[in-house]
Amino acid sequence: MKIVVNGTEHQVEVDPQTPLLWVLRDVLGLTGTKFGCGIAACGACTVHLDGEAVPACGVAVGEVTGEVTTIEGLGNGVLTPLQEVWIGEQVAQCGYCQPGQIMAASALLRRTPDPTDDDIDEAMSGNLCRCGTYPRIRAAIHAAAARLRDA
Amino acid sequence: MIGRRGFLLGSAAVAGGLAVGYRVLTAPLPNPVEPDEGEAALNPYVLVTREGVTVIAPRAEMGQGVQTTLAALVAEEMDLDWSEVRAVHGPASLAYANSRIIALGLPFADYRESWVQELAEGAMELGARLMAMQLTGGSTSTADAFERMRRAGAAARVMLVEAAARRWDLPAARLRTEAGAVLAPDGARLSYPDLAEAAAALEAPRDPPLKPRAAWRLLGRSLPRLDMADKVTGQAEFATDVRLDGALFATVRTNPHLGAPMLRFDAAEAERMPDVVRVLDIGNGIAVVARTTWAAMQAAERVEVDWADAPYPSDTDAIFAGIAAAFDAPTQMALRDDGDVDAALADPRALRAEYRAPYLAHTTMEPMTASALYSDSRLILWAGTQSPTRTRESAAEVAGLAPEAVEIVTTYLGGGFGRRAEFDFTDQAARIAVAMPGTPIKMTWRREEDVRHDWYRPGAIARLVGLPGPRGPEALKADIAAPSIAATQIVRQAGMAPPGPDKFLVEGCFDQPYAIPAFRVQGHVANVAVPIGFWRSVGHSHNTFFTECFLDELAHAGGQDPVAMRLGLMRDEHAASARVLRTVAEMSGWGTPLPDGVARGVAFCFSYGSPTAQVVQVRQTDRGLRVERIWCAIDVGIALDPRNIEAQIQSGIIYGLSATIMGQITFAGGRVEQSNFHDCEVLRMDQCPAIETRILESGESPGGVGEPGTPPVAPALANAVFALTGRRIRQLPLVRELAFA
Repeated sequence: MKIVVNGTEHQVEVDPQTPLLWVLRDVLGLTGTKFGCGIAACGACTVHLDGEAVPACGVAVGEVTGEVTTIEGLGNGVLTPLQEVWIGEQVAQCGYCQPGQIMAASALLRRTPDPTDDDIDEAMSGNLCRCGTYPRIRAAIHAAAARLRDA
Repeated sequence: MIGRRGFLLGSAAVAGGLAVGYRVLTAPLPNPVEPDEGEAALNPYVLVTREGVTVIAPRAEMGQGVQTTLAALVAEEMDLDWSEVRAVHGPASLAYANSRIIALGLPFADYRESWVQELAEGAMELGARLMAMQLTGGSTSTADAFERMRRAGAAARVMLVEAAARRWDLPAARLRTEAGAVLAPDGARLSYPDLAEAAAALEAPRDPPLKPRAAWRLLGRSLPRLDMADKVTGQAEFATDVRLDGALFATVRTNPHLGAPMLRFDAAEAERMPDVVRVLDIGNGIAVVARTTWAAMQAAERVEVDWADAPYPSDTDAIFAGIAAAFDAPTQMALRDDGDVDAALADPRALRAEYRAPYLAHTTMEPMTASALYSDSRLILWAGTQSPTRTRESAAEVAGLAPEAVEIVTTYLGGGFGRRAEFDFTDQAARIAVAMPGTPIKMTWRREEDVRHDWYRPGAIARLVGLPGPRGPEALKADIAAPSIAATQIVRQAGMAPPGPDKFLVEGCFDQPYAIPAFRVQGHVANVAVPIGFWRSVGHSHNTFFTECFLDELAHAGGQDPVAMRLGLMRDEHAASARVLRTVAEMSGWGTPLPDGVARGVAFCFSYGSPTAQVVQVRQTDRGLRVERIWCAIDVGIALDPRNIEAQIQSGIIYGLSATIMGQITFAGGRVEQSNFHDCEVLRMDQCPAIETRILESGESPGGVGEPGTPPVAPALANAVFALTGRRIRQLPLVRELAFA
């Protein structure tokens, strides 16, 4: 079957029931997307499917019809303003959840360019972080929104 | 008086250990860094490549930013341009043994005189063994490296300057260094890579001078983390992210009755599944090797297995009955026994309370993972590990190889918190790789395996008796029962337990700077065989809850303000501790009136060299209790990187808050009942409070920062709940009795 990931079409020969996550990681070698729970409860595997944030562990590859964007393809090789802000705020600690957090935050900002704290809570509470980067994630999303406003 | 007595004993014991360690470390050890063509390793921490300087930062980067701070120690003394600095974990090696870890297990405070001899001897022997370990833990990394890695940087600089002096035929004293180069008075410039080969041929100076603190350009400043860009773009490599051509994928399924073997298994159905390559017997369970991780995980579920029974009581109540039974066994030596506790507590006004803390899982965001390749009688193991040398030793044993035939490549850790000090998962990867020679294996645990096969923070019970008085408690007796970390985890790591009583059992209680006239703390080792290990802040994680909540009870019973009462107890005992408590009271506006439905609680803990005080503010809402704000003051001695320290304090608080509100591991039928984030919940963004941190610096060396944020939050929150509701909750997690919004 064919899937389009980060603008490139791939032919993959796996069981169509295989979750998109494992096709990205094990077949395509796109290891920026992480495995955390396998039950869509932690957000570590968040990718964009036609621009919407979805947990890649909960989508069978055979059912993927739209375009997939992963952390590797988010800025087409350059840092997005969101990623720049993320670096500026020094958000990441262990870093394992961060690709999923950034994919979720980026989808939020596309939908809601100037989110309130409640918007952030709603959009980001599916993404766990055990290092406790939540305060800086919140700060980074607000800072990115401010940059978008000023741009 | 932990202050004085603790310090004296500590110094003597640690000095003993260091003496041994010094011999070990100064014996002629080959530099473990193997430079490539055109590179030079000036010492175990400094590799000069053609491009610049790579610092070997040999502590696990598990989120705490340690590689950045360790690299800064070297970069400061070498006068490197921060934007040019690279840091790597480097190889597993005795050269990187942690000389500070030894102090963690030593009973620092009260003890009987007869312990002195045994303690000193034991410390020497244990020191020698632990010295031979490269371990990241106990919030020791920065303290351990503070002198060592600055000296390494200074020594490298001296060698590079001398090489330039010879090249130019000028006295070294007339040269200076800047941005990775040596400069002559006339402005001529030689970069470190140009000098590296000549410098490496020179003898290293024995005692190179260090910059005075006033001359620091990097240390003491908030530096951009070296790992940040890679972690924000998905390029940071964790153990199963390494590029290995032709790799197969594996997972394991082991006996949920922890510590028991597998009796038999039937893999016929699993082996017929698409993409499954092999099912292996790994002793206490099976491993599946497949063409995708998902195929391996699906197949693991389909293997039919009979498991042997658990070696511990089958449910939570029976396990806690086993812990409580330790109170009836002969007590361990009291680590603190001041005044006449029995006489004081014969008073009928004495308060009594029993507190409980549950078993806890670590639930690192990255479940246990490792990659491995076995070929030509050599094993390469890629792992996020806090203990690379012990991991190598154990993997070598599993693989039937000499340790020299095993190479450990330490990748980034997707969280550690003590879990990745263990080597069960790396042993499994080694076993699988040996069964699949020539094929790289990427092993990933299912989250269910991770939750159900942890080395848990032990459950614990405290029985406390205290006598309130007009100026604070006149007497306090704490009896704490829990399984022994020293007798299990330390034995796994070091082959023997630390000498004397188990300090981990009572730390956070006996060693706190409270001058209570009659004060006894006794540990009772419970014989319950549930696997346990280091969990962020170890014994402090439960004992601070017990101690600080009960002190709150005594304050209320004695009609005192909880902050004022603690200040009275610690003012003459430890000035830095009193200062952080006063600071957090100021920050939070402690004592100022609050609106209805809002309340605050306070708690304190001295851990890992850094006194830490917190105030938690809660608000009653329609949906339950909301943890609104947390204030934290910590004295870290010297703050090497303030912004990173702030991140660590937030991290420790949120980790502790999650456990306080909702963390627990329970047992039924000999198995852990929780399995994944739906029933083993952790704090999410929408419940995370605003956190304000203030960092004080009153010392001459850096204290720990990775763990001290964790202990005070549980009692500060429980004390706030009492202030709000009048309910004294003595058992964690709080969600057993309260709804949280």
